[in-house]
Amino acid sequence: MTGLRIFLGAAILGGLGAAAPFTPLWLISLVTLAMSTGLVVCGLIILWRGGLVPFGQALFFATGAYTVALAGRWFGVTDAFLLTALAVIMAALVAFVVGFLLAQYREIFFAMLSLALSMILYGVLVKSETLGSTDGINVAQASFLGMKPRGPGYTFALFWLALGMVFSAWLGVSAYLGSVAGQLAGAIRDNEIRVEYLGISVTRLVHLKLTISAALAGAGGALAALSISHVDPQMAYWTTSGGFVFVTILAGAASVPAAFLGALLFEIVRTIAVALLPGGWQLILGSVLLLTILFVPEGLGSLMIRKRPTISDKGVA
Amino acid sequence: MITVIAIVTDGLVYAAWLFVVAIGLTLIFGVMKILNVAHGAFYAFGAYAAATAIGLYFDRGWPVVGGYLAVATAAIAIGLVMGYILERVFLRRVYGKDEVVVVLITYALFLILEDVLILIWGTDGRSAYQPYVEAGSFIVGGLPLSVYDIGLVGFAGLLAIAASYTIKKTTFGRLLTAVIYDRETAAAFGVDVSQIYTVTFLVGAVLGALGGALTAPKISVTPGLGVEVIVLAFAVVAIGGMGSMEGALVGALIVGLFRAGAVHLIPQLELFSIYAVMALVLVFRPQGLFSRAQPRKI
Repeated sequence: MTGLRIFLGAAILGGLGAAAPFTPLWLISLVTLAMSTGLVVCGLIILWRGGLVPFGQALFFATGAYTVALAGRWFGVTDAFLLTALAVIMAALVAFVVGFLLAQYREIFFAMLSLALSMILYGVLVKSETLGSTDGINVAQASFLGMKPRGPGYTFALFWLALGMVFSAWLGVSAYLGSVAGQLAGAIRDNEIRVEYLGISVTRLVHLKLTISAALAGAGGALAALSISHVDPQMAYWTTSGGFVFVTILAGAASVPAAFLGALLFEIVRTIAVALLPGGWQLILGSVLLLTILFVPEGLGSLMIRKRPTISDKGVA
Repeated sequence: MITVIAIVTDGLVYAAWLFVVAIGLTLIFGVMKILNVAHGAFYAFGAYAAATAIGLYFDRGWPVVGGYLAVATAAIAIGLVMGYILERVFLRRVYGKDEVVVVLITYALFLILEDVLILIWGTDGRSAYQPYVEAGSFIVGGLPLSVYDIGLVGFAGLLAIAASYTIKKTTFGRLLTAVIYDRETAAAFGVDVSQIYTVTFLVGAVLGALGGALTAPKISVTPGLGVEVIVLAFAVVAIGGMGSMEGALVGALIVGLFRAGAVHLIPQLELFSIYAVMALVLVFRPQGLFSRAQPRKI
């Protein structure tokens, strides 16, 4: 990444931050929420490029969100930066542990096993009274390095925090995707046995990718928890994971800024859809997903290129 | 002792239900290499169709036996209609595409069908307990045992035998085996793979709907009941080995007995126990218990 692009990115995000006080509060909250989704999708891209589609990323998202809520409730931690750091560490830790199992798998096995793991967390959250059961837990208002903004100031502070997180995620993820480990993703997708022959452990590489993507999901979860001021088991539910996969498909795995634009579009469509057609949200989501895959497969980016034409394609189709 | 009997009977009943649901999923995966997330929708629609049929039939005081037939007919009909539409309109377009892309298609269909279900039947729950109550129960070793549950176990047993017979002894079963082992070679030898796909998907859809219909009398039928089922059925299929019938049977028994054990001994761990046993099996046999080893393509 060139210095010019970094400067441009910083300028755009800085401009957004400066424009915040002149923007309606609901829009700022919406954009903050979209950025939390964008952070998770950034992590998904890392896996996606290696041909891995996690259907259970909500596991790490919810881990991050609940870490924020519980650190506040049990230990009285209120600093937003500390809470976010804790959430990232917890999510990465969970991913590191389940990674020993998950990193053995590819394709649908990976997708469905990660789904199953996220449903375990959902099951635990719903059943346990200490974790708030189905009602969830309220998140106390955070402080920022000792400052305690209230009212609109709090919304701005969160927004600025979100901008900072997006900027660091953008730098970090771009750097990772450009590194040797990141570049190997395409090779893993195409033929991982050949990668093994190069003397590289694919399992360990996938494990690393999973941990990084989980850290980003944890950051997204922390931001969502702070901005909604509430966490509930729905955050670990498979439809939440489905939403992340949905945004990744729409945005494609080509670039990090696309992830955030996709997430923003997703939040806007959801807000409109919920207002116009309260019971039809899944219907709209499913239809858009279906139409994208069937008619605009380019949106799927690299995944579709993997299709290997075989003789029987003609025989069956 | 009573606890042991309870665990075994509960486990068997649960396993029977799991088997009916999972066999359709594993059949479709084995033959078509499609992990059909919309299987949960077949299940939910089957349960609702059965609940509606039960509501229409049992209030009129007609003979009880006809009621069971009505439930079965409703489930089979809705399974056939849904399976046909999904296969012809959507899946036909994506055969041969990446497996993950196909999963996403069925996932999108599942999302849509969940809302369609609510549009048709509304958000209120339904109860359709009559077939369960009418079947009666008796006491064994101090425990009440429902005749309906015994029928469920019997049905699952018959299904296992019928599936094994069809695959091993009939012409269709042999064609199916050929397609499972090597689709391209089978097509080259003149097997109508397209037709086999359609039939397989319809059979799988009907089995999913039947699974839902058989459960309807035992539970309160509410929206969203398809979600847990698809994840559970996946756990069963993953334990047994994707695409294996014997695997589905053994997987269902393992999950059924483990869950029953957890429910009776440590109730908080119910959901956890299922996935824990799945993880345990997968640690030692990543391909599942009954799956063939895949050749490594370099």
